[in-house]
Formats: sequence, structure tokens, C-alpha cells
Amino acid sequence: MIEKIIDANGLVFAFFVVGIIMYLSYLFSNKILNNKIPGAAIAIIIALGLAFLGDEKGVANLPYMGGMAILGGSMLRDFSVVATAMGVDIVKIKNAGVSGIISLLIGITFSFTLGVLIAFFMGYSDSVSLTTIGAGACTYIVGPVTGSALGASSEIIALSVATGVVKVIVTSICTPLVAGKIGLNNPNSAMVFGGLIGTTSGVAAGLAATDEKLVPYGALTATFYTGLGCLLCPSIFYFIILAFFK
Amino acid sequence: MNIYGVSLLAFCFLFGKIIGTYLGSLIGLSGDVGGVGFSMFFLVFINSYLKKKNINISKSENGILFWSTMYIPIVVAMSASQNVKAAMLGGWLAVIAGVLVTIVAFILVPLISRISKEDLSKNISK
Repeated sequence: MIEKIIDANGLVFAFFVVGIIMYLSYLFSNKILNNKIPGAAIAIIIALGLAFLGDEKGVANLPYMGGMAILGGSMLRDFSVVATAMGVDIVKIKNAGVSGIISLLIGITFSFTLGVLIAFFMGYSDSVSLTTIGAGACTYIVGPVTGSALGASSEIIALSVATGVVKVIVTSICTPLVAGKIGLNNPNSAMVFGGLIGTTSGVAAGLAATDEKLVPYGALTATFYTGLGCLLCPSIFYFIILAFFK
Repeated sequence: MNIYGVSLLAFCFLFGKIIGTYLGSLIGLSGDVGGVGFSMFFLVFINSYLKKKNINISKSENGILFWSTMYIPIVVAMSASQNVKAAMLGGWLAVIAGVLVTIVAFILVPLISRISKEDLSKNISK
């Protein structure tokens, strides 16, 4: 009886399940980790862990859970990612200045290139997988958006998400530790930092732990990063990769 | 009404996807080349155009803002429905790439801050 109801309303059940995962993750982040790792990163780690219980479609292979693949499918994901552009204000681009734009372009190019190189040395040699993993080294959004646009396999997309999540965690934990050494103590370097790292939740968490006042400056450049990454990775960067790999 | 915002979002989304897919087939690739990026660009462009013209869309905006707040939950659902078992074979890749990329970005911060210091102090003092 209940199985029938849930199967017929899979997407709604997925809303319910994801809400619980989010709630527990933010609670854990807030109460136990003192916000040192953002709740979003914890929620994604839990989700990747849950995906172990299933097979090719992760948790969606299990009874009751088919709706997770609908909620997490590429259509709704790309739709919601586009919606985040609403927070972007063109006037702010001017505030970020040339330095913000330089750091964004260098940040995306560097992350992508390094991700591709590491993937290549670890045995991946097809252009779609390399581009997807390189995009994942930008952020955990750019990776899957690029991967599904180019037709990457599910495990490569999962790898790209995991790469982006590792980046969030390292940024969140290490930023306050290295802040002094890299001169992260003024709005200028905070903007450069946001543009170079780009993963908004990591930048915000890392800067908050360093100096609350720097958060808006870092977030200012970081908000442009994912959009720019979604534009560059599956287009220009992919063509460049195509010139070198099949 | 919320639906106006959602509809505008849908328009930008589809327009970007169409351009991305056509661009792909134009250069002989099956796939969507930068579609999401184009969509975001359109939304930013239309949004600032409306603001410039002083057209009040605050009520319709809620339809878009709702979807923008749903993106983390959707990414959580997406992560839960990936082939993670197969990805585990390459699990070290994610750790190594994620750590190295972040360290390099840290190292670049002082270098680029130095290049851009003058430019930015000008901007802020304005």
C-alpha cells in the first residue's frame, strides 16, 4: 500500500528525503563542526555515501527512491543553476574591477588545466572525461553541468562532483590556516581569493573563519565563477582538449 | 506573479540550450556547448535591462529566487543518484585533484593581489 503511494509520487518523496538530509547536514555542520565545513558540502558527502547503496543510478535503484533521479536529473539541475544568475548584478562586475576579472579567468583556467592533467596522469584519456573532471576541479556544479552537456558517464560525473567537494572542504578548513601567509587580510586579496577558488560555499566558510568582514568581497567574485565556468568548460576548453585528445 | 518569473527563467534556459546545441552541431559535436552559461548570461542581461528601465519585477522575481535556492538540494539529489560504486575506482583522483587545485589557488592569491593592488584601490576609493 505505502510502497504504491510512494512509487506513484516519487518526486514528492524525494523532496521529503532531501529535506531531511539537508536538515541533518546543516545541524551537524552548525553544532558539531562549528560551521568549519559548510552544510552543503556535508549534505553532498552524505548523498554520495548513500549512492553506494545502489548501483548505476545510485540510491535511485532502491525501492521508494526512484524520485531522486528525477529531482537530481539534468533538467531540474540546469534550471536551478541558471536561476542562481538572478543574484548577479552587472554593476557589481565593475566593482570587482580588472583584478576580479583577471583572478576569475586565471582561477578557472588553472583549476581546469590542473584537473585535466591529474586526470590524464591517472589514466583517463578521452576528451569528454578529461573535460568533465577538469570542470569538476572548478566547482561541483561546473563539473556535472559540463559532464551531462557533453554526455559523460555517471561515474565520471560522480568523480567531478567529488573533486569539487574536496575543494570546498580543503578551502573551508585551510583558508584560516594559510590566510596570514598569502596576505588574505584586505578586500583586494579577498576578491582575488574568491575569483581564484570560486566555490562559493568554500570561499564563504573559509573567509568567515578568517575574518567575517572579508566574506562579501570574496563572495562577490566567487558568484561569477560558476557561471563563467559553465560557459567556458563545455565550449572553448572542450575544443582545446579535443585538439589534444580523442 | 511567480509564474512570470518561472516562465522568464524557462525562456532563458531554453534559449541558452538551443544556442548551445546549435553551436555544438555547427562545429560537428553532439552535445550542448556552453548552453547553461549562455542561459545565465541572458538572465543577467534581461534582469539588469528591466532594472534599468525601472520595471518592477519583485513579485515575479520570487519564482526565480525559489529555484535558485533549490540548487543545493537538487545537487544533493543528483549526487545521491550517481554511479558512485564505479567512481570509487578513481576516488583518489577526486582527492588529489581537489587538494592540489586548492593549494595552487592559495599560492596564486598573493601573486595576483600584487598585480592588481593599484587597480582595485582605485575602484574602492571611488
